[in-house]
Amino acid sequence: MIFQIALRELRSLFLSPLAWIILGVIQGIMAWKFLGFIDYFFEIQADLIKIKDAPGVTDLVIAPLFDFSKILLLIICPLITMRLLSEERQSGSLKLLLSSPVSMTEIILGKYLGACSFFIIVILIIAIMPLSLLTSTDLDLGKIAAGMLGQLLTIAAFVSLGLYMSSLSDQPVNAAVGTFGLLILFFIINIAGNATTEGNNFFNYISITHHSIQMLRGIVNTADIAYFILFSLGFLLLSIRQLDSQRIQS
Amino acid sequence: MSALIQASHLHKIYRDNHAVNDVSIELHQGEILGLLGPNGAGKSSCLQMLCGVLAPSEGEIIINGSDLLDYPNKAKQSIGYLPDKPPLYPELTIDEYLNYAARLRRVKSSELSNLRQRAIECCGLEGYNTRLIGNLSKGYQQRVGIAQAIIHQPEIIVLDEPTVGLDPIQMIEIRKLILELGEQHGIILSTHILPEVQAVCNRVQIIHRGKSVFNKKMIELKKTRQVRLKLQQNIDIASINNLPSVESVTQTAKQATDNYYLLSGNNLHASLADISTQCVTNNWGLLELSPLENTLEQIFISLTAGDDKHADGNCNNEDHSDEKHNSEQAA
Repeated sequence: MIFQIALRELRSLFLSPLAWIILGVIQGIMAWKFLGFIDYFFEIQADLIKIKDAPGVTDLVIAPLFDFSKILLLIICPLITMRLLSEERQSGSLKLLLSSPVSMTEIILGKYLGACSFFIIVILIIAIMPLSLLTSTDLDLGKIAAGMLGQLLTIAAFVSLGLYMSSLSDQPVNAAVGTFGLLILFFIINIAGNATTEGNNFFNYISITHHSIQMLRGIVNTADIAYFILFSLGFLLLSIRQLDSQRIQS
Repeated sequence: MSALIQASHLHKIYRDNHAVNDVSIELHQGEILGLLGPNGAGKSSCLQMLCGVLAPSEGEIIINGSDLLDYPNKAKQSIGYLPDKPPLYPELTIDEYLNYAARLRRVKSSELSNLRQRAIECCGLEGYNTRLIGNLSKGYQQRVGIAQAIIHQPEIIVLDEPTVGLDPIQMIEIRKLILELGEQHGIILSTHILPEVQAVCNRVQIIHRGKSVFNKKMIELKKTRQVRLKLQQNIDIASINNLPSVESVTQTAKQATDNYYLLSGNNLHASLADISTQCVTNNWGLLELSPLENTLEQIFISLTAGDDKHADGNCNNEDHSDEKHNSEQAA
């Protein structure tokens, strides 16, 4: 049942021009950025040879590329997640789900998986370009895998937050603005951690950036993975509760 | 036989509005129940509660033997629901949409295409299978909405204002469809169109201001309870009262040749022939014997117009003053 809802969500996304436009624009921006990093690498390649244990292509091209792509993901995430529940509620099609023999959990998980699958496609498309370097040089595949895991966990967190915002509002635009605001907050809150000495740990701990940056360096930390899983689970549970409580109050 | 729907003492309280107040609804196999009421009476809230879209603030709902609260999935399995606005995805084709709706209701893949074809035929959507729902007219979208509600062959079909926005021919077709479906399923439909109820329903429940104010079978409604009698002679009320099944008599007009009497009684419909025979054998000069039918409209208006009259009157007054104002301006 979860799978059916996810499949419908994904199909509807690709039946609308939005998904294709987003994929096209992302690919364009990433290609330009990729070229920039490669150029930079060629520029400093001569100097790198002189350094012992110098960073390689993976560190100088792929990691910054993945890091940059997070900003793009942050921008497109609200556009995809805003519709998930609020549009269905606005158009009345949510009643089909609510009157069908599916639980609130199944509805939320279905929507979540549907949106996540779209972002998995986005991540894979982003990864294809740097992986094309395999034809001409050696890459640190372990580091790339860690980086992609980081990407995956990041979008899992982004989408759960977006889904929750979408469950709060009848207007997709409100949900989008709310998601955007909160995502940016979680993205840059570690700046507050860096600026102050007190509470340093706390601000760093709740920041998405702080937890995802390690994986780009190839360090997969259980604490980081736990952070993303708890973040996503938390917002998924909130969404389920929200959907259920709307049925009781509305 | 146990009821398909047994909803008792339902309440729904929105923040400061008691939208549904102690309404009980029952539905049996082969029954078409018409839920009538003015706008905002609480019909849609009632139906949404029956389908699990809204949770009642108080009350118990048993669908086909399973409690909606304790076993929601089992209960919802036997319901097909068409909300006031059909729950459609405009970007899907009819086939895709109906497949999705069927899978949500846990229809087996092996039966899927058969059931879909049946629903499409039932709702007169043949040949539209691959059309996008967003491109269909309002009437056809409504049909897709009904197809979605019947695709899994539920025991209970709940239709919220199914003929709203349809042209007269489509309305007749949908009514015909409801009658056909009513033979095998139990149907509840809400509407504020009285002739629709008279045309398709076999039981009527009127809801006004969140309360159930009337609940009778159509057959009972059609029974004559009042008869107008016109006699040549002036007969005293007592002897007319002795006529079979007559419970009370009032003399409405008294003239030299025309004497009108209004006879009331719960079983009058069965004794009309006897009454006429007795009038003739007694030689009262029977001129007219006409059964007065209780129309749904009279009942509806008498039950729902009551305390709204004041407000309506105010509205009219305002309208008049507006008109006056306008005419003054024009002058």
